[in-house]
Amino acid sequence: MAKTVTARAATLDRGGLSDEQLVAMFRNMLLQRQLDNRGFQLNRQGKIPFALGSEGHEGLQAGTAMAFARGSDILVPYYRDLGLVLGVGIAPLELLTNMFARAADLSGGRQFPNHYTGRARGIASVSSIIAAHCTHAAGIAYALKYRNETGRAVLCTTGEGSTSQGEWHEAVNFSAIHRLPVVFLVENNGYAISTPQSMQMAVDDVADKAPGYGIPGMICDGTDPVATYRTMKIAMDRARSGGGPTLVEAKCYRFLSHSTDDDDRTYRDRELIAEQRKDDPVPKFERVLIDAGILDDAAIAALRADVLRETNEATDAAEALPLPQADAMYENVYEGPYEPWLE
Amino acid sequence: MNAATASITNVEAVRATLHDAMAADDRVLIIGEDVGARGNVFLITKGFLEEFGAQRVIDAPLAEASIVGVAVGMAMQGLRPIAEIQFADFIYPAFNQIVGEAAKTRYRSNGDYTCPLVIRTPYGGGVRGALSHSVSIEALFYHVPGLTILAPSTPRDIKGLLTAAIESDDPVLFLEHKKTYRSVRGEVPDGHFTIPIGKADIKKPGTQVTVVSYGYNVHQALDAAQRLEDENVSVEVIDLRSIRPMDKTAILTSVRKTRKLLIVHEDNKFGGIGAEIAAMVAEEALFDLDAPIRRLCGPDVPAMGYALPLEEAFMISTERMQNAMRDLARF
Repeated sequence: MAKTVTARAATLDRGGLSDEQLVAMFRNMLLQRQLDNRGFQLNRQGKIPFALGSEGHEGLQAGTAMAFARGSDILVPYYRDLGLVLGVGIAPLELLTNMFARAADLSGGRQFPNHYTGRARGIASVSSIIAAHCTHAAGIAYALKYRNETGRAVLCTTGEGSTSQGEWHEAVNFSAIHRLPVVFLVENNGYAISTPQSMQMAVDDVADKAPGYGIPGMICDGTDPVATYRTMKIAMDRARSGGGPTLVEAKCYRFLSHSTDDDDRTYRDRELIAEQRKDDPVPKFERVLIDAGILDDAAIAALRADVLRETNEATDAAEALPLPQADAMYENVYEGPYEPWLE
Repeated sequence: MNAATASITNVEAVRATLHDAMAADDRVLIIGEDVGARGNVFLITKGFLEEFGAQRVIDAPLAEASIVGVAVGMAMQGLRPIAEIQFADFIYPAFNQIVGEAAKTRYRSNGDYTCPLVIRTPYGGGVRGALSHSVSIEALFYHVPGLTILAPSTPRDIKGLLTAAIESDDPVLFLEHKKTYRSVRGEVPDGHFTIPIGKADIKKPGTQVTVVSYGYNVHQALDAAQRLEDENVSVEVIDLRSIRPMDKTAILTSVRKTRKLLIVHEDNKFGGIGAEIAAMVAEEALFDLDAPIRRLCGPDVPAMGYALPLEEAFMISTERMQNAMRDLARF
C-alpha cells in the first residue's frame, strides 16, 4: 500500500474526506481501469469470450462507493459498475473468476462478466435486461421501509439509455409515491451502445425528469470523485433519513466500445474521444492529489505497481480455477430437484 | 384430517386463503390495482385495507410491469408478496418480469437470491369478457423453467394450493378461472391446509376413457362424464391442478388403465398444454393406447369475441365434451 502524506493545500475540495479516503478512491479508480483493460486484453488473447468496459466511469463510481454504507445499504447495479462493486466490497479475484466463468464464480459461471450478485454484501443479482432491475430496487426499498429499517438506503444505477424504458419510469414513480429510501443514479456517458443521448430523450439533463415525479434531481460532474461523493452523500443521507428518493445524474464519458463485441469506430470519431480524454477522471484526480500534496510521483508509481500486481495475481488465480461441471446446470432452478414432470 | 367448514365458492376460497395468510405472516403483503379501498374488482380483498393497513395492501399505480417488478424486489429482500394482475389479459407488460426476472432470480444468482412470489390472476372466458377479459395465458408461461403454474378448480384445491404457493420459496403463477368464481362451490378444510404442488387429483374414477383437464373445463367434464354413466360409458376425470410441474404418474397410471386419452382445455390447441401431455404419453405409453390421443381445445383464433355466438363457439360446450368422450369410448 502506498504511503500517504498529510495534505497541505488549502484549496483542495475534499468533501469532508480524509487523505486516506481520497487515496482509497484513487486506488479504486486505478484498479477499476486496470481490471477493465484486463477484461479486454483477455478477450483479445482468446481467453474469455466477452468483456464489458467501464472506462471513463471511474471517478463517479469511486465517489459513489465512498457514499455507500457497507453492511447497511443495498446496491442494485447495472453491468457497467465495475468500480462501484469493487468499492462496496467485491474483490478483484471474484471479478476475474466471473470473467473466466469458473465454477467458483458467484453465479456458478452462469452470468456474463460484470453481472454481479452478492447478497451478503448487499449487492442484488441483475440481468442484462435494461432497467428491469429498477423496479426491484423499489421493491427492496419498500421492504426496508416496511420493516422500519431506517438508516438504510438502496442505490440503483443505470445508464442514461435506461431512462427510456417504461420500467425505469415505473420504478421512479412508485418510489416517489411511497417516499422510499432509494437513490436512482444515472451514469450518463452519452451513449447506449451506439445511440447518442440526443436520440434517447429531448432534454439535455436526465435530472430534468425528476420534477415530473415530485422528487429532487441533482447533477454532478461524474469525472470528479469528490464532486460525485458530495452529491451522492446528500442523496443517500436523504434516503436514509426518510426524505425519499433522489434522481442523481453523474455526467461522464465512455471511452471504450460498449463491449468487446462492439466497434465504436462505426459510430463516433476518434477526435471526439481524444477531446473527451482531456477530462479523463484518472489523470485528472491524480493531478488533484499531487497538487494537494497528498501523493507524490513515487507514491503514485507505487500505487500503480500495487494495482497491477493485484490484478496479475487475481488473473492467474482465477484462470487456474476449474470450470463448472455441466451437470451443475440443473442446480438452483427451484428449491428442490428440477423436474417438470413429477413422478 | 381437517374438519370441513360450510360450503363456499371459489372466489370466497381465494379471499379466505389470502386472509389467513395475511393474518398468519406479516411478510405477506398484497400489491395490485384496486386491491385497497375497492377491495379488488371481484371484492376478494374487501376489508383487507382496514384490517391489515395500507402498508400491506398496496393500491399499485396502473403499471403491471412494476406490480411484478416491485414484488420481485420485495421477495429478494425476504418478504412474501402476492402480486395481483387484475385480469390475465393485462399480464403482458409484466412478461419480462415474470419470465426474465422472477423465474431466473434463483438460477442466475446460483441460489444466492430466491424469489418467493405469488402472481395471482383471474383468467378464462365464458363471462362476456370479450377480447381483453377472457384470455387463457398458461401456454405462454408453462414453457419457462423456474416458474410454477397452478390452476386449481375447486375451493378445497384453491385453499390448499394457494397456501402452498405463498409458502413456496419460488415464483408461482396462480390462475383462477373467472367462470368458476361464483358458479363452483365446495367444502374446504378448516385451519392451515396445503396440497403438494405438482399433484393431480382424480375428480371422478372411471375405466374406459381418461380425461385430463384443468380449470372450468373440469366441471364440465364431470357433468359430461356423469351423463355418460347413463349410457354405461365410464370416464375418469383427472384435474391437473398444477400445470408446471405436471403429474406424470397420475396421467400414465390412468391412461394405462383406460387405454384412451382425451385432453380438454379452453386455451387454443396449437402449442398448448395438451401438446405436451400428448407428447409425454406418446413417449411413455404409446403401446398401451387403444385409440389415438384426442385433444378438445379452444379454436386457433386470436381471441374470444364479445358477441354471444362468438363466445359460445370459442368455449367448449359440455355436449361437445360428452360426444368426444363417447366417440373415444367406442373407438
